[in-house]
Amino acid sequence: MTAASYTTIIGLEVHVQLLTRTKLFCGCSTTFGAAPNTQVCPTCLGLPGSLPVMNRHAFELALRAALALECRIAPFTKWDRKNYFYPDLPKGYQISQFDLPFSSDGCLEVVDPKGGFAPRKVGIIRVHLEEDAGKSMHDEAAGRADSRIDLNRAGTPLCEIVTQPDLRSPQEARAWLNELKLLLVYLGVSDCNMQEGSLRVDANVNLHIPRPDGGIAKTPIVEIKNMNSFRSVERALTYEAARQWDEWQATGVEMGRMPKQTRGWDDPAGVTRAQRAKEESSDYRYFPEPDLVPVTVGAEQIATIRAAMGEPPVSLRRSLATRWNISAYDADVLVNQGRGLVDYFEDLAARLGEGKVASNWMQQDVLRILNETGGTVDSFPIRPEALADLVGRVMRGDFDTSRGREIFAEMVASGRSVADVVAGMGIATVSDDEVIALCRELLAANPKIVADVRGGKEQAAAGLIGQAKKKNPNVNPGKVRAVCLDLIRGMG
Amino acid sequence: MQPTELSATDLVTALRQGDISAVDCAAAFLDRIETANGSINAFLAVDRDGALAKAADIDARRRAGRPVGPLAGLPVALKDVLCTTDMPTTCASRMLAGFRPPYDADVVARLRRADAVFLGKTNMDEFAMGGSNENSAFGPVRNPWDLSRAPGGSSGGSAACVAADMAPVAIGSDTGGSIRQPAGLCGITGLKPTYGRVSRRGLIAFASSLDQIGPMARSAADCALVMETIAGHDPGDSTSLAAAVPRYTELLDKPLAGVRIGRVPEHYAEGLDPEVAKGVEEAFAVLKAAGATVHDVRLPHAKYGIPTYYLIAPCEASSNLARYDGAHYGYRTEGYRTGGYRTGGEHDGAQGKFESPLVEMYCRSRAEGFGPEVKRRIMLGTYALSAGYYDAYYAQALRVRRLIRQDYLDAFRSVDLIGGPVSATPAFKLGEKTDDPLAMYLVDLYTVGTNLAGVGGISFPCGFTKAGLPIGFQLQAPALAEPLLLQAADRFQRLTDWHRRRPRPAGEARA
Repeated sequence: MTAASYTTIIGLEVHVQLLTRTKLFCGCSTTFGAAPNTQVCPTCLGLPGSLPVMNRHAFELALRAALALECRIAPFTKWDRKNYFYPDLPKGYQISQFDLPFSSDGCLEVVDPKGGFAPRKVGIIRVHLEEDAGKSMHDEAAGRADSRIDLNRAGTPLCEIVTQPDLRSPQEARAWLNELKLLLVYLGVSDCNMQEGSLRVDANVNLHIPRPDGGIAKTPIVEIKNMNSFRSVERALTYEAARQWDEWQATGVEMGRMPKQTRGWDDPAGVTRAQRAKEESSDYRYFPEPDLVPVTVGAEQIATIRAAMGEPPVSLRRSLATRWNISAYDADVLVNQGRGLVDYFEDLAARLGEGKVASNWMQQDVLRILNETGGTVDSFPIRPEALADLVGRVMRGDFDTSRGREIFAEMVASGRSVADVVAGMGIATVSDDEVIALCRELLAANPKIVADVRGGKEQAAAGLIGQAKKKNPNVNPGKVRAVCLDLIRGMG
Repeated sequence: MQPTELSATDLVTALRQGDISAVDCAAAFLDRIETANGSINAFLAVDRDGALAKAADIDARRRAGRPVGPLAGLPVALKDVLCTTDMPTTCASRMLAGFRPPYDADVVARLRRADAVFLGKTNMDEFAMGGSNENSAFGPVRNPWDLSRAPGGSSGGSAACVAADMAPVAIGSDTGGSIRQPAGLCGITGLKPTYGRVSRRGLIAFASSLDQIGPMARSAADCALVMETIAGHDPGDSTSLAAAVPRYTELLDKPLAGVRIGRVPEHYAEGLDPEVAKGVEEAFAVLKAAGATVHDVRLPHAKYGIPTYYLIAPCEASSNLARYDGAHYGYRTEGYRTGGYRTGGEHDGAQGKFESPLVEMYCRSRAEGFGPEVKRRIMLGTYALSAGYYDAYYAQALRVRRLIRQDYLDAFRSVDLIGGPVSATPAFKLGEKTDDPLAMYLVDLYTVGTNLAGVGGISFPCGFTKAGLPIGFQLQAPALAEPLLLQAADRFQRLTDWHRRRPRPAGEARA
């Protein structure tokens, strides 16, 4: 049996921090990076007698996410307490949702425009809302065992998204996570910044291995934690699938013969390691949170949120391609850069009345600079109207494309307008009369080339263009060629 | 008359009219506390300086013609379960000894704005768990009517301080009877309002779905006066009710004619003390004489009240009290104090009793910080919520709770109030039930239904035993029918003088 003869079965559990100003159950700020324990109050510190009050905005953001994930919204949802002891959980319980999550049964499709895998519809089992815990920092240097707790994050709203085990490869998992992140950022639900912990992923994986008798052997499910980028999700899953394959070949142990195992991803070492069994034998003793009242969601609220939701990436790709007559691939590239870039593109395309050229400039020039500088389109030094001015002139033939790129580079560097850059670079627009005069002069001086062209060798005209550039560097070579050919034909 | 002998209503009038200054009033009660508290142990903390300063400020404002609040100068004692910024808040637990909250409970803030004068914090059963006040980490409260007897609980200190004239008004909390039962055993009036009528913000939680704060005083009229200040919507408590607050004091004068009072035959089962039964029957007679009619009603699931309560309350408590872990505030076991790290602890080595230093700190802090009854209830609740037991215990208890609530809804279709005993016996001896937790749990027999149904109840004295111990009468009403509860109790008190009797010389009697 070869390694290729198994199917990798993957399900994901994603936690995203919602983009609210304040925490889920108190008025403390959620801003990242403040000094430890400065964004806290009696409620998120879990002081005696403190009570939670639900943040309506957080609930609305969560609803927006669930609707975009095509989930069914529960008309009635409640809060539950998940009980466990840990120093970064000051109440000794987390307010979460257990048996009646506010939404369930959704899906999100991922398509690889390069065709690396077939389009995959991934089912969403549930999306629920819960509060985050604080952060523990363990300092075990110098033989000490100090732990420091920062409760700034305690109480921050989190959306937990649990998928069906529908993904079939680490590549698909990574692509799907990219699609999820894109969607949530489009919706303004989360910034999905993994470095700041606003998006966290755990993955469940096992293998389905066909047996000679026609049955399927299933390896024990492993939950992988501690992956801090989509790339490490892909790497960890790839490693884990291979590890399970090796283990199955060695032991033949199948699912159900041992409890679900949790393994942590060690990124530098590139391996997953078993975590202590103790950590997963917890009984959270969920029960309804008596300090909060159940939440009811009506059709009207759903309609309001849907109306304000904006176009999600999946339909934006289609509509962008149709609206601007660009390829599906181009639309995909643009949409995957986020809402800001799409807005920029549409502004540019509208000013030019042309989608394909705008798309080329976006992909070849704007994106190249953004990738080089690591900036975002919002802070891109050339605004759409200025770029439209430049590209419009190139389209009209005022400059050739390479001259246009030089001007573009200077505009990026200096932030100046096309006119200023053109003046500063000593570039003057050459009028049609000037071009015709120049071409007449060149034809008179080059009877051999004229004869060659008339003899059918149009490519001989290239010799004229070099000379024209020497006489006037601002002249558009394409135009010189066209005018020269016209004049030669006119000589009869 | 001494200020300490006046009702809260009369005190507020005397203070407003300038018959007495707020300082003299506060001083009289503080002096009384100094005399009597030694033998009664009703107060855990007395804030003499704070009280006198607040009283002086009120007097100064009155003299200057500046506005003062509706309770200006009225001394109030606070059960030590209510968060106060200017006094420690301990819940009578070693776990919170010396704990000073950074905020006032909503009721405390309301009373402060109304210019009440806080005398101190009253003793209670630890974390409000108990019916005798013997579960306090700081010693039991003694019943002013007989110092060898318990005052009831958990608001035992609040009940005893009012009974012994150490405060005209005390604030208590009632999860399964903790206002009404000690009020009954101490011969005072105590109101447990509808769940959500008074904000729970800053009330240290025992069982969140049952806890409710209420006034304890010498009369229903005094309770009505305090309710006008403490009741009302609090956006900081999601379970707080939005309904407007009636002028309770102005609704007292309505006659009782035509009011239908239910009498529950199940209340007269075995175990009810004959003297209590007689007192209760006489109370029905007084109410009838006042124009009310009495009808038998059934509460078929009342017999499941105690088991239901003793599942739901411990389950919620096991979670509510998880925060006392020694990590953030409150008691932490020796050896894990700040800056220190215990080496060679029992977490070390293969024979270690604890899996980690953290777990050792949790276990020791909680084992040492909590008293036995609190630990018993945490264990009961933890067990009942555990996987495999949840459905049989907690979920089942929730179902029975719905049936009990339905019983009340059904009963209140045919009657306006339900009357009966508060507890089966008058005040029992200190130590009498401490070795038998189940017997102690039964002291809540007649009171837990009110909490499980989320409705209101009031308890007031309706007679005395031959031995001179107060007998309590309880009225229960539908949600938000506090005006009717107060009106009926006030009418009763206009026709009787049980509530005027005082234990004399209270606190100076034999120890």
